[in-house]
Amino acid sequence: MTALLPRRGLAQILALIVILAVDRLVSPQFFDLRLQDGRLFGSLIDVLNRGTPVALLSLGMVLVIATRGIDLSVGAVMAICGAIAASLADSHGLPIVLAAALGAGLVCGLWNGFLVAVLGMQPIVATLILMVAGRGIAQLITEGRIVTFSSPDLVWLGNGSVLGLPVPVVIALGMLLLTGAVVRGSALGLLIEATGGNARASELAGVGTRAMILSVYVWCGVCAALAGVIAAADIMGADANNSGLWLELDAILAVVIGGTSLFGGRFSLVLAVLGALIIQTMNTGILLSGYPPEFNLLVKAVVVLAVLLLQSPKFSGLAGIAARLRRTKA
Amino acid sequence: MTPKALSAASAMAALLLALPASAGQLTIGFSQIGSESGWRAAETSVSKQEATKRQVNLKIADAQQKQENQIKAIRSFIAQNVDAIFLAPVVSTGWDSVLKEAKEAKIPVVLLDRDIDPSGKELYLTAVTSDSVHEGEVAGDWLAKTVGTKACNIVELQGTVGASVAANRKKGFDTAIAKHPNLKVVRSQTGDFTRAKGKEVMESFIKAEGGGKSICAVYAHNDDMMVGAIQAMKEAGLKPGKEILTVSIDAVPDIFKAMAAGEANATVELTPNMAGPALDAIAAFKDKGTVPPKWIQTESKLYTAADDPQKIYDSKKGLGY
Repeated sequence: MTALLPRRGLAQILALIVILAVDRLVSPQFFDLRLQDGRLFGSLIDVLNRGTPVALLSLGMVLVIATRGIDLSVGAVMAICGAIAASLADSHGLPIVLAAALGAGLVCGLWNGFLVAVLGMQPIVATLILMVAGRGIAQLITEGRIVTFSSPDLVWLGNGSVLGLPVPVVIALGMLLLTGAVVRGSALGLLIEATGGNARASELAGVGTRAMILSVYVWCGVCAALAGVIAAADIMGADANNSGLWLELDAILAVVIGGTSLFGGRFSLVLAVLGALIIQTMNTGILLSGYPPEFNLLVKAVVVLAVLLLQSPKFSGLAGIAARLRRTKA
Repeated sequence: MTPKALSAASAMAALLLALPASAGQLTIGFSQIGSESGWRAAETSVSKQEATKRQVNLKIADAQQKQENQIKAIRSFIAQNVDAIFLAPVVSTGWDSVLKEAKEAKIPVVLLDRDIDPSGKELYLTAVTSDSVHEGEVAGDWLAKTVGTKACNIVELQGTVGASVAANRKKGFDTAIAKHPNLKVVRSQTGDFTRAKGKEVMESFIKAEGGGKSICAVYAHNDDMMVGAIQAMKEAGLKPGKEILTVSIDAVPDIFKAMAAGEANATVELTPNMAGPALDAIAAFKDKGTVPPKWIQTESKLYTAADDPQKIYDSKKGLGY
């Protein structure tokens, strides 16, 4: 049985299928799709589209976590880069807007990487600094208001479509392929896993652990910047107070649901993105269900617990023993 | 200007500021919460305008959302022996001792925008606040009047779960539409007072209600969520403001922009002018000894497309929203 099915990812795929089935139960039109003004329209598209920011964040976060790090600042970086993009959108062309926003994300990542890799700070504290200060920086850029823009190019990034799919989804897919090609198409992924598994041993074996750590934080910053630009483009404005708020936690959750250990080492990009989709499938289902909003967080917590239990080796061990006991009785 | 001349000028300016205000001119200390939202920024700028209009010397202390900073600011206002203190309390409890100090110094305190714990009623002169239950009622009454007798399915975008403003705006709206059995709230979810969540929740409402065709009106607890919801409706090929009625609360500039474009119908104002009525109450109290009522309710004014939204947008956008 286990030989036929992929061991890794089975729990996540099962969880996604179960949640999709529950969504179908609470909302019979869940799988309906139609074309609206040249783009696909339906709850499934909403799941993909709304899941994009967390999926992008999780792409960077999974690499950081694989080096045994963590990046709490991604939500704040989203706010900074969204604010920069929105402020420049109506006066500059899209290439400059994107370059400025992604450049800012890169600088934020460099800062985090510098604190962790060069100064040797603990990642949770090092990135906490930018998590707190970053939102303040974003508020300074927007002067505390919601900066709106009407530049059609930037709006297209959030609301346009390519072959019927929302642009953000296409971007996220592109980033997944690009990240996958870079880390799995070379030895980079292995070196990152080695760094997370045992930094000292890797260092002695000749792995440039500092460079590895620095580069994963930079990539995480760039991914967060892209998520921030998309979030701003989506609402045609930069909301420094709320953009990306608490999303760092969703991104970490997505990575963990994707089976990557917070203790570093082995990681999976695809499963982290799948984790982000599981979270969003659940969120969309809650919104469609019509339950009072007071239940939102409770439902989310129960589902996350269930998914993590499914992955826990001890728990599946217990379940296996229970099944065997039942069989011997019968 | 040379550095020397500059320092001489600033010394002079400092001297001028230190001089006692001319007879009759009031000096009022205002402990503002900080810059938590666009509305708060607008309140600060309107307070300055209202004070200038009445030739009152208003000293604003920004507390950066911290009660300890507000308490410090009030103590420093007491030390400066100001004529009155305005306080926009960041939390509702913990004010007893500092307000007692103000009372002993015979400095009247006026609360702006938020009330404090009822145990301290005698510690302040009056509170100028909006009634958020009433705001919801005004929104509900407008919708009932506009819809008339035909059946109307309403979807509601609630504020943050647990926020008293959200609970009150819901209560007021529910009370207003309860008199009209043809109005029914069919879906209600929280949009956390933000544009992004307002848009996401509205997207799900549209799917859950058969592509939005059965939705007759949207009620949002604040304008920001409505701005997001309007985008969601447009993307779904619906016509907000025409096919689907919209009513929300706050009256921020961007909702007037949507109104001018024919995409929003009504908003209820949470006025940023809390200082105006407070200044009037203080002036009357100082001049004639008129004691104001314990609660001065600000007007919850309804704005619709008939009120020249473009003009209101132009007048509001510079206030810092």
